[in-house]
Amino acid sequence: MNRQEVHQGRLKSPFHSCLEKLDSVNEWHQWSGYSSPNELYCSDTEYFAIRNSTGVFDLTPMTKYRITGPDALGYLNRLVPRDMAKVAPGRVAYTVWCDDNGQVIDDGTIFHLREGEYRLCSQQRHYDWLLESTAGFDVTIAHETEDVAALAVQGPTSFAILSRMGLDGLENLKYFGLAHFDFHGAELLVSRTGFTGDLGYELWIEPGKAEALWDALFDAGKLHGIRAIGTHALELARIEAGFLAAYEDFLPADETVRTGVSRSPLELGLGWLVDFKKPNFNGRRALAREKREGSTWRLVKLDIEGNKVAHASYIFPNSRASGDNIGFVTSAAWSPVCKKNVALGTVKAPHGKPGDTVWVEIYYQREMHWNRRMAKAVVVDKPFWAPARRSATPPGLY
Amino acid sequence: MTDRYDAIVVGAGHNGLVCAALLARAGKNVVVLEANDRVGGAAVTREFAHGYSVSACAHLLYQLQPEVRKELGLSPAVAAGDLQTIALAEDGKHVRLAANGVEGVSSEDAEQYRRFRKRMTRFADLLRKHLNRKPPRLGTKSRGDLFSLVRLGLDMRMLGKNEMQEFLRLIGMNIHDEVTERFEHPQLKGAVCLDAVLGTHLGPRSPNTIMTYLYRNAGNHGRMDVPKGGMGSFSEALAHRARSAGVTILTGMRIQRIVVDNGRVTGVETAGGETFSSYTVISNADPKRTMLDLVGARHLETGFARRVRHFRSRGNAAKLHLALDGLPTVAGLVKKDFEQRLVIAGDEHYVERAFNPAKYGKYSPEPVVEMTFPGFRDESLAPAGKHVMSAVVQYAPYGLEGGWSGASKQAFTDVVIGTIARYAPDVASRITASELLTPADIESEFNITGGHWHQGELTLDQFLFVRPFAGASQYAMPLDGLWLCGSGAHPGGGVSGAAGRNAARTILEREKQA
Amino acid sequence: MKTYDAIVVGAGHNGLTNAAFLAKAGLDVVCVEKNDYIGGASVSRSLYKDWIYSNCSYVCSLLRPEIFRDLELHKHGLQITPFGGSVQFMQNGDYFGSYHDPEVAYREMARFSRKDADAYKRYSADTLRQCRFIRDFLLSTAPDPTSFRPKDILELMHIGGKFREMGENRMYETIRFWTMSVAEYLDEYFETDVIKTALSGSGIIGTALGIHSPGTAYVLLHHYMGEVDGNIGAWGFARGGMGSVARAIAGAFRTYGGELRTDAGVDRIIVRNGKVSGVALENGDEINGRIVVSAMDAKRTFLACMDKKDLPEKFHRRIRNFKTRGSSGKVNIALDGLPTFPALPEGSSLIHGDMHFIDSMERMERAYDDWKNGTWSKDPYVDALIPTLTDPTMAPPGKHFMSCFVQYCPHQIDGRRWTEEEKDAFGETVIDQIANYSPDFKDLVLHMEVRTPQDIEDEIGITEGNIFHGELTMDQLLFNRPVPGFAQYRAPVSGLYLCGSSTHPGGGVMAAPGANAAREILSDLRRPSTVPETFGDD
Repeated sequence: MNRQEVHQGRLKSPFHSCLEKLDSVNEWHQWSGYSSPNELYCSDTEYFAIRNSTGVFDLTPMTKYRITGPDALGYLNRLVPRDMAKVAPGRVAYTVWCDDNGQVIDDGTIFHLREGEYRLCSQQRHYDWLLESTAGFDVTIAHETEDVAALAVQGPTSFAILSRMGLDGLENLKYFGLAHFDFHGAELLVSRTGFTGDLGYELWIEPGKAEALWDALFDAGKLHGIRAIGTHALELARIEAGFLAAYEDFLPADETVRTGVSRSPLELGLGWLVDFKKPNFNGRRALAREKREGSTWRLVKLDIEGNKVAHASYIFPNSRASGDNIGFVTSAAWSPVCKKNVALGTVKAPHGKPGDTVWVEIYYQREMHWNRRMAKAVVVDKPFWAPARRSATPPGLY
Repeated sequence: MTDRYDAIVVGAGHNGLVCAALLARAGKNVVVLEANDRVGGAAVTREFAHGYSVSACAHLLYQLQPEVRKELGLSPAVAAGDLQTIALAEDGKHVRLAANGVEGVSSEDAEQYRRFRKRMTRFADLLRKHLNRKPPRLGTKSRGDLFSLVRLGLDMRMLGKNEMQEFLRLIGMNIHDEVTERFEHPQLKGAVCLDAVLGTHLGPRSPNTIMTYLYRNAGNHGRMDVPKGGMGSFSEALAHRARSAGVTILTGMRIQRIVVDNGRVTGVETAGGETFSSYTVISNADPKRTMLDLVGARHLETGFARRVRHFRSRGNAAKLHLALDGLPTVAGLVKKDFEQRLVIAGDEHYVERAFNPAKYGKYSPEPVVEMTFPGFRDESLAPAGKHVMSAVVQYAPYGLEGGWSGASKQAFTDVVIGTIARYAPDVASRITASELLTPADIESEFNITGGHWHQGELTLDQFLFVRPFAGASQYAMPLDGLWLCGSGAHPGGGVSGAAGRNAARTILEREKQA
Repeated sequence: MKTYDAIVVGAGHNGLTNAAFLAKAGLDVVCVEKNDYIGGASVSRSLYKDWIYSNCSYVCSLLRPEIFRDLELHKHGLQITPFGGSVQFMQNGDYFGSYHDPEVAYREMARFSRKDADAYKRYSADTLRQCRFIRDFLLSTAPDPTSFRPKDILELMHIGGKFREMGENRMYETIRFWTMSVAEYLDEYFETDVIKTALSGSGIIGTALGIHSPGTAYVLLHHYMGEVDGNIGAWGFARGGMGSVARAIAGAFRTYGGELRTDAGVDRIIVRNGKVSGVALENGDEINGRIVVSAMDAKRTFLACMDKKDLPEKFHRRIRNFKTRGSSGKVNIALDGLPTFPALPEGSSLIHGDMHFIDSMERMERAYDDWKNGTWSKDPYVDALIPTLTDPTMAPPGKHFMSCFVQYCPHQIDGRRWTEEEKDAFGETVIDQIANYSPDFKDLVLHMEVRTPQDIEDEIGITEGNIFHGELTMDQLLFNRPVPGFAQYRAPVSGLYLCGSSTHPGGGVMAAPGANAAREILSDLRRPSTVPETFGDD
């Protein structure tokens, strides 16, 4: 018998050959089973492409589910704390979803593709949870990760590039809107979404048209500074934008072993996603109690003095680091565009209110020697980087 | 019917009636809605052949809690009281078991049995206290819960060191090992095993069967009675108490759904389109039916709905009713023995072998049988000179491979009658009519999901703190205004009234706190 | 005549561990062993020239790393190499493999059910949580809940605290986990029969229970809580076979000045004036000792090697009722070459791991029904491994052997001894089952060793050949092991201790009972403990 064993190595996305052609450093990592580039040429350059021209990132490994059926809206409204009835067809919503204890399982985006037809897109796989949630609903969940190739096209010139590519009418697409276009006879879905906090779009297409799309995009982008980017550049951009990453800023609650290590949306500063007016959604009872009784943790955005990056630092209420720490940094970076030392962290309430001052304990190495510095940090409530261009409609033709 | 009731009880099973009566006693305006035409749920008497009636489901009273008896002033009329269990042997050398003694075995066995019963009774009494209480929640700061937990610990300590050690050892053990450690006589071992596994999806070798044995004895110290007029007359008496306390009982009211509005229950809707309003709906129906069919999973959270779906409630006990034109002949039995409880349980291996096929969706080719002849001292059940036999038969799995059909029911009826005929060779010639209720029939007639005796398996993972579900063991469901009061809730099945009483007390207590 | 500080009876891994820690504390210790070889059931004997087998126990992960490190077993030749993966051969010609790489494992599971593949994460987290809870108690003595001594109360409060720390919902989960059957536990996660089957095996290995018996979910843990280099649940081979474990611990024991005597079976533990004074050997010699520590199982210790009158009557009765039914057999098969498994793709790595030839929960449970009926499973659960793929030194070059653990296999057939024919038939059952999936298997067989529980009893001395020295049911765990009131390694006779797998935390080549017993003994002798503390949370 000549049986094929299940694929043993890493999977290649439909854009893999395109990426390989541009790759000069051979730095890859594994993402949901796929090879994904850390960087392709130089992550600094790639980062500035996002902020200065356009960076293109292969999103295909993102987990995607198609949710259809007469009860699709009811189903989603029970699944997530946000009121999905307010998300009209042609709109996209960022949301989290929780377990019964109000702890975040994951965050992601829900695309209202057409009336009653949705796509849920997330970092992690959730087929088990999504199917378990269907009891009592007339709804179908289809896994479509492999059936949809996706690119993030992010940066100030992204609109100019896509316009040049012939996506007429894109100028009317609002922030968190989506539109359908024809591309070589296939449906090209474009959403004005992204993980960079800048003007940008995400493109979704069937895998067979992936390479053609890439070519068309890069043709159109030649004069607009288009550049393929890797995860390192994207990671820096998302910290500046204040976005959360699973496994860094929170853990999927259903995978935690220890008690107290998961977080609720309220603890992640995502209370605005929780609509208590909805009578029932997963975690509602627990979140209502938390709201009443107070949260244990609070996510903070920190503006830290100096320029030493606060990787994995403990956070203290005072500069002496005396007594117990009140939390720790979960993501940190030097922001080239803001020229700020920024971080996301988690601290015990009631610490960490916007405007509070805390201290982070930073260890950094210089020529083999380790140094320690207590740096003052201010809790800020707005993203570090949120330019007006990201949501201006029509977007500028930079 | 636009009036709003203080409480609606869904289902007039004995627990529903107990709960309704106690709430009405506290001044509540309560309505009980029953799908069937008679009250009682699975505790009813009905005709199964012209002129022949029988307790259609539960047929023995052995667990009615003294608290319920006392608070509602119940004293059920008894046709035959304090039954002996006669464990039949093919050679006619039967073993007769009573609560505190046994005949027909060696003196060593008799002494061991006496000691065994003494210990089991003591443990059952400990358990009984906690069956009549709302189980504590774990990890809360509530004083009630802590107090309850401490009481449980103290009650165990009060047994004394030796008995506490034995309690902690036995509670997780199987009955097979205990009977083989103690007894020699096969019928004695078989009969004790039978009591441990009746109504469960367990065999004597399954750990947990000491617990089910204790449960059965937690009420009346193992004393069993045949209610006069069948179990239905007990239910009627209960309904009478409820009505006199002011409860409205409406039969023929099949509930279509429990109405949920804006995250809380507001009443019920019947299949006939009538609506009843109340902010308190108490379901005597089983947890799965209540939560998945009447409420609907969409009104629950995903994790909770998953726990409900995984609640195990596949029944294995069938009921066989025979109309007999005379008593069968059993070697070694005299006529008056037929007022006792006759069991066919062979030995511990026989019971285990009967269980094996049930694991694979087949019925036992050699089933275990518990028989009573309730018409023996009760003329109301059968024409003069005639008799009825009411038997519980195991194992007849709910999920029979291929499903229960007329043919498979007939085949199983023949198997059971053939098994009885090994002890009563003339039984077949006495039969004028018969009726077999499989768990599937019990499900459709009595609206119990899976046709399970306890509305849900009585194992340690579905007991006490975790019955019916983790986080919902105190009768309140995670939907405002919705309560459970049936056997699926703590403590479990049997005509005990404990769940109904505990639920009523919890509801009243909660109201006081609010 | 010389009086030793301590006589340890039985040179299995627990006896040796106990002896080593006592010797390390400066005691004058002799360890006596009835056989002419050491190791008990962790043994690799060369019964055929050039072939070394792990004759009984065959894989190693439970051995507590604290003990490994403290006794410096690497200096005494112990080296454990992890192996990955397993495969479940299916009757329809397919197979279900499990792989070391989580993404590959995911894809393989998704081949059967994407839902199951996703549910596996939840299953792993929930199971690992239970592992972490229990792992903390392995290297500690189980507190007696009926006692009022401060030590027991403190330890109970410590456990209660750990339990409460989990939070309300997870406390309920834990109660359910400890009481449910492995089949029902798996039903809460998976829908695919073969996936459940693959995971259920660990719930019944070595037990006289079926996958549907309540309490078997816990047994699952007993096989998951091991670790190789911090990977909880990983299994490894001891280089040179399981005998290396015993040899290494014996090496440590000798380094501390201990004395080892083989061919010295104990006939009787001598009690004088209510206190042990030594042991009488089968050859008539007597050895004097201030204390005697038995690594034998509880039944053999108290029923076979002691006088009934030296023990309290109730204790004696409880020991009699301690359940030690054997349920597992072992078949080692020497092969002229590597067998082929046509169901597997060319070059598949899966033959390096555990191979199972049973693919449904019903077959698993039916295997148990045979045992209940007093015979071996006609369609058994076989856990087969080819250790020579990982450690080629164990067979002549190019040759292999297959180690087959077989569940279920009774201690006796219908209550009497096995006949030679029945033993052969049992071996053939295993070979036939494997040959169904490997057409060249039978032709490659050079010779085989068959061990029924009765053979294990005859050879090693474990009562009824129960590999855990007593069943792992709820009523025989923790403070109930082996019997209530005597779960803290002390026997009801002054100076007599137990240190074998009949005591908490039970069987498996873990060495925790031996170490825990040493800690209690040293505490009674008012000596500082030489036993390492648990590594604790990680």
